[in-house]
Amino acid sequence: MARNPTKAHTRWFTPYVFLAPYLVLFSVFVLAPAVYGLWISLHEWDYMLPSQPWVGLDNYVDLFDSESLVFGDFWSSMSATGIFTVASVPFLVVIPLGIALLLNRKFPGRNVFRAIYFAPYVLGVAVVGLLWRFLLDPNIGGVNYLLGLLGLPDDIAWVNSLPWGWIALVGMTVWWTLGFNAVIYLAGLQDVPRHLYEAAELDGATAWQRFWHVTLPGLRPVTAFVVTVTILASANMFGQSYLVTQGAPGDDTRTAIMYIAEEGLRAFRMGNAAAMGFVLALILGVISVLNFRLLRYKE
Amino acid sequence: MASSTSKRPGIAWYTMLIGLSLVFVAPLVWMFLTSFKTRNEALAIPPTFLPEEFSTKGYQTILGDDSQAPVLTWFLNSLLAAVGHTVLVLAVASGAAYALARMEFPGKKLIFGVIISTLLIPSFVLLIPNYLIVDSLQWIDTPLALIVPGAAGAFGVFFLRQFFTSLPPDLEEAAVLDGANHFQIFVKIVLPLSKPALATLAVLSFLSNWNDFIWPIYVMFSPENMTLPPGLATLQGAYGIDYHVLMAGAVITAVPVLALFLFTQRYVIEGVSRSGLKG
Repeated sequence: MARNPTKAHTRWFTPYVFLAPYLVLFSVFVLAPAVYGLWISLHEWDYMLPSQPWVGLDNYVDLFDSESLVFGDFWSSMSATGIFTVASVPFLVVIPLGIALLLNRKFPGRNVFRAIYFAPYVLGVAVVGLLWRFLLDPNIGGVNYLLGLLGLPDDIAWVNSLPWGWIALVGMTVWWTLGFNAVIYLAGLQDVPRHLYEAAELDGATAWQRFWHVTLPGLRPVTAFVVTVTILASANMFGQSYLVTQGAPGDDTRTAIMYIAEEGLRAFRMGNAAAMGFVLALILGVISVLNFRLLRYKE
Repeated sequence: MASSTSKRPGIAWYTMLIGLSLVFVAPLVWMFLTSFKTRNEALAIPPTFLPEEFSTKGYQTILGDDSQAPVLTWFLNSLLAAVGHTVLVLAVASGAAYALARMEFPGKKLIFGVIISTLLIPSFVLLIPNYLIVDSLQWIDTPLALIVPGAAGAFGVFFLRQFFTSLPPDLEEAAVLDGANHFQIFVKIVLPLSKPALATLAVLSFLSNWNDFIWPIYVMFSPENMTLPPGLATLQGAYGIDYHVLMAGAVITAVPVLALFLFTQRYVIEGVSRSGLKG
């Protein structure tokens, strides 16, 4: 009977008693809001007004109607999120893979280096944002000072001009989060079958050929996971823009989440904001599925 | 690469490792050193590396009586929220995970399927409806808003269920022969055997709650109820370019999680690489 769950004396309700506390929380704060959000998005839900009239799909239609009030702001925030995602994901996939390869050897101190590269990831965006706001200060910041020492321009307005704002936001995010992907790649490298390397070596494959024909294909499922998770994380970007650029210049670096949160929770136009959330979620869902298919099954 | 794993890496290899380490560590060291500089030195051009005059003025300014920001209160609020959240996650997720891993009952597959599928819902979709739900419970601007809703996520259940499923059934069977019921097996056998998994989940839960930013800036509005992350955002407004003060605030927020990571990095890193889901 080893495969079966324990045959302890069980009354019919015992499993439900174990599940109940979690299921109560889950229903109230995950299931209900998922459905409630959809409901809100079908209403003109202004928190400040006494009634919330049903408007059907109007909130969604507005997002695609260039005459509407929200059209411009919404799509400019979506494009900010798009720019950030497209600019950050390649770095957050390639550099962590390089670091994982660097660490994938047996040498004393391996775990120390792994921990050092991972350390910034345990900090919150508030610390990371404040720290980089300081380092990127155009006058007294360490980044411009270092550039000056190297004989490069040392008066770059990192936080309120383009493209520097994007370079700053992407750079600090790569510094902050790449340890996460590196650790996942490092675990993935352990699963690439040893004997494939041995076979490749017997065939006289160079290190580069072994990487290209054994390591990369062996990492394909891990890469599918890393790319998908990183796209989702980048598309969720909020704190860096909120704290460091405050959306500047203009609203150019105001991301979709920042706009949705401001619309819904500062301006209290919740119907609008909920619809925006679902549109963004739908787009991300489609991207995730496509990209998983592409990376997983392309042979 | 089989051949390279057997070889000891050379000087170039170590140079790269150490060079990279500097990139990750230097900004943190800079933050730490700046927090012990005087205002003038923190703003000096060119910057100094070590504080010429070791000063705790930055800390005194935000922790003292005439501080414009109750940083000590924020620290305690953060601690209360993170500990409360962690305890709640462990309590509810372990029970649910035990039922799903070690019992058979009608509806099990459906319940597990629904829980797991919500891992795919992006958190921003829940932001606005959850605000309204928390508001109708009258939890806005109270610690409950920071502690409870976050404990409903599917990650903890998923993570512990994987671990409970992998436990060998022998000990449980012996306990059953001795007449133990599920509550006794859960408390006396499964939980003690699962200490590493519980510790990993505890640390991950603590870190994510301590660092949470977007939710607390919208649900907490009184200065005395805030946690450190939204508090830091307001410090920027209160102290402008007094970077020695701002860095002192950042250090106060960063040190607890860096210390926690230092002592539990094995759990954190292995937890992340095994599940890779808490993004």
